[in-house]
Amino acid sequence: MPEPASIPAVPPASGSPRTWRRPPLVADWRLRWLLILGALGYLTLAIASLDLDWARIGEGWARGLRLLSGFLSPDFTSRWEDIQAGLLESLSMALTATAAGIALSIPVALGAARNLSPLPLYLACRGLIAVSRSLQEVIVAILFVAMVGFGPLAGFLTLAFATIGFLAKLLAEAIEAIDPGQVESVRATGAGWWQVLDYGVVPQVLPRLIGLSLYRLDINFRESAVIGIVGAGGVGATLNTAMDRYEYGSAAAILILIVAVVLVTEYVSGWVRERVH
Amino acid sequence: MLRIESLSKRYRTGDQALAEVSFEVPAGQMVGLIGPSGAGKSTLIRCVNRLVEPSAGRVWLKDLELTRLGRRGLRQARRRMGMIFQEYALVERLTVMENLLSGRLGYVSFWRSLTRRFPQADIDTAFRLLDRVGLSEHVDKRADALSGGQRQRVGIARALAQDPEILLVDEPTASLDPKTSRQIMRLIREVCEERRLAAIVNLHDVELAKRFMDRILGLRAGRVVYDGAPAGLTPEVLTAIYGEEDWGPAARPGEHEPGEALPQGHPGLPGGAPGGPRPPDSDAVAGAL
Repeated sequence: MPEPASIPAVPPASGSPRTWRRPPLVADWRLRWLLILGALGYLTLAIASLDLDWARIGEGWARGLRLLSGFLSPDFTSRWEDIQAGLLESLSMALTATAAGIALSIPVALGAARNLSPLPLYLACRGLIAVSRSLQEVIVAILFVAMVGFGPLAGFLTLAFATIGFLAKLLAEAIEAIDPGQVESVRATGAGWWQVLDYGVVPQVLPRLIGLSLYRLDINFRESAVIGIVGAGGVGATLNTAMDRYEYGSAAAILILIVAVVLVTEYVSGWVRERVH
Repeated sequence: MLRIESLSKRYRTGDQALAEVSFEVPAGQMVGLIGPSGAGKSTLIRCVNRLVEPSAGRVWLKDLELTRLGRRGLRQARRRMGMIFQEYALVERLTVMENLLSGRLGYVSFWRSLTRRFPQADIDTAFRLLDRVGLSEHVDKRADALSGGQRQRVGIARALAQDPEILLVDEPTASLDPKTSRQIMRLIREVCEERRLAAIVNLHDVELAKRFMDRILGLRAGRVVYDGAPAGLTPEVLTAIYGEEDWGPAARPGEHEPGEALPQGHPGLPGGAPGGPRPPDSDAVAGAL
C-alpha cells in the first residue's frame, strides 16, 4: 500500500521550539477576567451581608454541648417499647412502600424511555416523574397526612410516590442507554413487543434495577424517620417525641439504631449487587 | 427466492443510503455485498427484513411481498429470514441456550418464552445446532463469557434456529482475527450448502468475498456498480467500487530486503487486506470448527 512520504523526524530548523498550551475554557480574555472578577465581587458582597451574632453563637454552643453530651450516653432501655414499635413501623413502611414503588415505577420507566415509547406517552411519564421529583418528601407527607390522617398509611403513600420519581427516572435512563444491537437482533427473529422487552431489554437493565431498588429501600427507611416528624408514623414520630421531652439519651439511641439499619442495608445491597452484575 | 425491485432509502437526515437497487437472489446462492463504508450495505440488508423501513421500492421473499406487510405479517415473515450481525449482537447476560432459543421467539407465545418453557422440539433443535457449531459444552454459559469466534457461532446457530429460508449476514467477521474470520465464513458457507439457503453477506474484506461467495454485488453510494462473478473483480472494477487505489500485490518490490520471501498474492487481488497467515487456497482446512 503506498504510504505518504515519511514525516521528517527532526522539526524544521527554524529556531525556537513550537510551544503549546491548553486552550482556556473562555477564549476571550476580557470576558474571562470579567467573569472571575464578577464571581469574586459577588462572594465578597455575600459574605458582608451575613448577619453573624457572636453572642448568640456562644450561647448556642453551650446548648449544643449539652445535647451532644446527652447523645454520648444513649439510653436504649427507658423508652425501648416505643423505640421498638417505631423502628418496626418504619421498617414495614419502607419495605411496603419500596415494593409498591417498584411495581409502579417499572411501567412508568418503560413509558419514559424514549427508545421504547412514542412521544406523547414519553412526555406524560416524564411529567409524572418530574412532579414526583420536584415535591420534597416532607411536603408530600404533609399532604397525605391531611388526606388520610396521622399514621403510617400516610408515610407509606408518601414513600411510594417518592420512589416513582427516583426509580422510574433512573431506570428509564438505564433503558435509554442499552445496547440497541442486542434489541435489534431479538427483533430480527420475529419476536413480538413483549418478547423483545423480555429478551432484549430486561437482561440489560435487570442488575441496575436490583441495585437501584435496594438503594431506594435504604433511602425510604431514612426518609421514614424524617416524615415521621410531620406525623406520618414510624420511628421519626418516636424521635420527635423524645426531642420534645428533652430526652436526648433516647433520641441518641434512636439515631444510632437508624444508622445501624442503614449500615446493614448498605452491606446487604453491596453483597447482592456483586452477585447480579 | 428473494427479489428486490428499485429499493431506495433516504434517511431523515437527508442521506440517500440506497438508490434504485434491483437484483434477485436464487435459492442456494450466496451473494457478497461489498463497497466502501457508508455505501448502504447495512441499510440494504436491514431494508429486506425491515429493521430499517425502505423509502421506496419492493422486496419479495418467494411470493410474499415483504414491503406490504403489516406488523403481524412482518413478524411472521421475519421468522423466515435469519440474521447474523457484526459484533455478534448476542444478548450478553443471557445464556448460550437462551440466545439460541430466542431464535424461536417468533414461533412461541409470550408466556412460554417468559417462563423459558420452549417446546421440546425447539430444545432438541437447539442442542443439535450447538453440536453443529461445536459449542455443546457451553450450553449454560453466559454469552459474555465466550470468545469472539464462539459468540459468532452462537449468532449463526441462533439464526439457524429460526429455520430460515435466507440468511442476512452483516459483516460477520468485522471483529474477528483473520483465522477465525475464515473459519466463520467457512461455517456460514457450509450451513448454507447443507440447507440450500440463499444468503446476502456484507463484507468489507474483498479477499474473503472472493473466496467464499458465489456472486458479488459492488455497492457505491447506494447504487449497484458491479454484479457478477468474484473472478470479475479486476483492479478496474475495484476502482469503480471503492475509488482510485493501487490494487496490486501488497508491497512494491524493492522495498523489502532481498531474501525475504513475500507471499505472492493472486493477480488482481487487492493489496493491504488484513494480514495473517493465508491458508492454502483449497477449502480443505476442514474440522477446524
